Amino acid sequence: MSDLATKPPPRTNGPSTTPPRLKLSFAERVALWRDSDLWLSFKSSPVAIVSAAVTLIIVLMALMADVLAPQDAFDPVALNLLDGFAHPMERGAGSNMLFVMGSDEQGRDIFSALFYGTRLSLLVGVASVIFSMVLGIGLGLLAGYLGGKIEMLIMRVADIQLSFPAILIALLIFGVARGLIPPQQYETTAVFVIIIAIGLSNWAQYARTVRASTLVERNKEYVHAARLMGISGFGIMARHVLPNVMGPVLVIATINLALAIIEEATLSFLGVGLPITQPSLGTLIRSGQKFLLSGEWWILFFPAMMLVILALAINLLGDWLRDALNPKLR
Amino acid sequence: MLAFILRRIGQAILVLLTVALISFSLFRFVGDPTQQMVSQDTTLEERLQIRKNLGLDDPVIVQFGRFVGKAARFDFGLSYQTRQPVATLIGDRFPATMELAFASALFALFAGIPMGVYAGLKPQSLLARLFQTVSLIGISLPTFLIGILLIFVFSVSFGLLPSFGRQGTVNLGFWTTSFLTLEGWRSLILPAVTLGLFQMTLIMRLVRSEMMEVLRTDYIKFAKARGLKPRAVNYGHALKNTLIPVITITGLQLGSIIAFAIITETVFQWPGMGLMFLQAVQTVDIPIMSAYLLLVASLFVLINLIVDLLYVVVDPRIRISGRAA
Repeated sequence: MSDLATKPPPRTNGPSTTPPRLKLSFAERVALWRDSDLWLSFKSSPVAIVSAAVTLIIVLMALMADVLAPQDAFDPVALNLLDGFAHPMERGAGSNMLFVMGSDEQGRDIFSALFYGTRLSLLVGVASVIFSMVLGIGLGLLAGYLGGKIEMLIMRVADIQLSFPAILIALLIFGVARGLIPPQQYETTAVFVIIIAIGLSNWAQYARTVRASTLVERNKEYVHAARLMGISGFGIMARHVLPNVMGPVLVIATINLALAIIEEATLSFLGVGLPITQPSLGTLIRSGQKFLLSGEWWILFFPAMMLVILALAINLLGDWLRDALNPKLR
Repeated sequence: MLAFILRRIGQAILVLLTVALISFSLFRFVGDPTQQMVSQDTTLEERLQIRKNLGLDDPVIVQFGRFVGKAARFDFGLSYQTRQPVATLIGDRFPATMELAFASALFALFAGIPMGVYAGLKPQSLLARLFQTVSLIGISLPTFLIGILLIFVFSVSFGLLPSFGRQGTVNLGFWTTSFLTLEGWRSLILPAVTLGLFQMTLIMRLVRSEMMEVLRTDYIKFAKARGLKPRAVNYGHALKNTLIPVITITGLQLGSIIAFAIITETVFQWPGMGLMFLQAVQTVDIPIMSAYLLLVASLFVLINLIVDLLYVVVDPRIRISGRAA
């Protein structure tokens, strides 16, 4: 927990309502951070360094897709049909462009498609994790702090949901959304639908963890003190309890990010995720699958490798974070 | 003990009713069921009459009661797409999914337990480390990629096994099985391994860590001190005690095997319930979606209940705390 204390929670109100706090300059914060146990543990773990580096590279790739990708892979104007099915490291028959990872049947550069696909996969993964985190933290805090019937209701729903695999729930939510949204809007709403579907299928774990920590924190003296000072229940939850339950939440969020990316890829692979006009890694794999039997392996291979590397790197990072923040292992 | 069982059954019924409520809301609020039955020139009066005949004017609670009553008799109405009774459609597909789930659970157990025992007994050996690494990759690989990989290796490259479909089935009247022909087995192997691989790594890791923990306990040291043969200690004393959590996890995983069958069935075009559910989701075929949801939920609840009750039988400590509660 001590590592988290180095990062003060962002302040929303003016200083007049809050007790005076230490103001740290950027340099001081960096110095504090370099002194922390978390940094020490990070420095001494080669697995953590490598997986963090890989994740960082992939994130940068995704962010700068427009600049780095050799071809604007999803603008039909940029494609040349004569370039179709170029082998990896081969020049296209139409545009004489070098296809590092080959091209698909429409002459789309797989290497460029990978940039855009990774960007969407990461976007959906991060957004759905934030969505389920906010929902789960909110409900968990409510349940833990208020108790009574509200707690009963929230935790029962969480129990029931946890006994079903997330993918089933996401599929169901997708089906319901299909029923409610008119067909001509499927494509424009696809990203939001899938973020909500994955987010709603994963909130229960956060709620459980936050509730358990809140139950512990609720009876500590600083919460009693805050209540005596007349701070509202909402204020206590948001400003005092929340920062103290964030440790385990961060660990779950990291591991869930890998799961959410895989979940999105699975849904898109099943054909109930992102459409081919805005392909994620899963959609690319889906479209590559039909060429596997005829020998064009690269259309499927590179997106699949990207997905596995991304998921593995984030998973390893999450494993390290869990061990580093676990006081039992210190 | 009886109180525990009754309370557990009460909880199970509550969960089922909740899921039934969700299924019912699907019917009631997503799309209008009368839309499927009317044509362009149906008058407003006729539409209202249809609504009345279907009982859509009754209070929601009455409709829900009727829905539960029908569901208990497996009556889910007609599929929007094929116009066939949903119960018949599911009945046709049920054996395929069940055989797939059964085969993959067996694979997970019979491959996972020996691997876990070996890795637990000799954690430093090269083979045990290989198992650990492979299982880490297995957890990071999504199910559909494993399926594609297996198809690529065994069907495309070596041409050993069929890459899709369920062949060589024998119709037993109420059940079609692929267990009776060689062709059936050959088409079952790849999907079953794909579906079971994740559970296998899970069981392997569980058995390994349980074995390592049990081997450190005093009664194992004492058994060794008594001069018992390593075989008797390892398998008679240690393995027996690791199997209790394995039974629980396997039971609970059976539910997720059935759910993950959706993915495997899509990769291998296996004609099971999961493939049907996925098609229903794509075409918004509400009757099939809600029937599948209820069926899978019932299976989950039933499995959970059996596992909980089995646990009470196997582990005396729970019997005592169950009485106290």
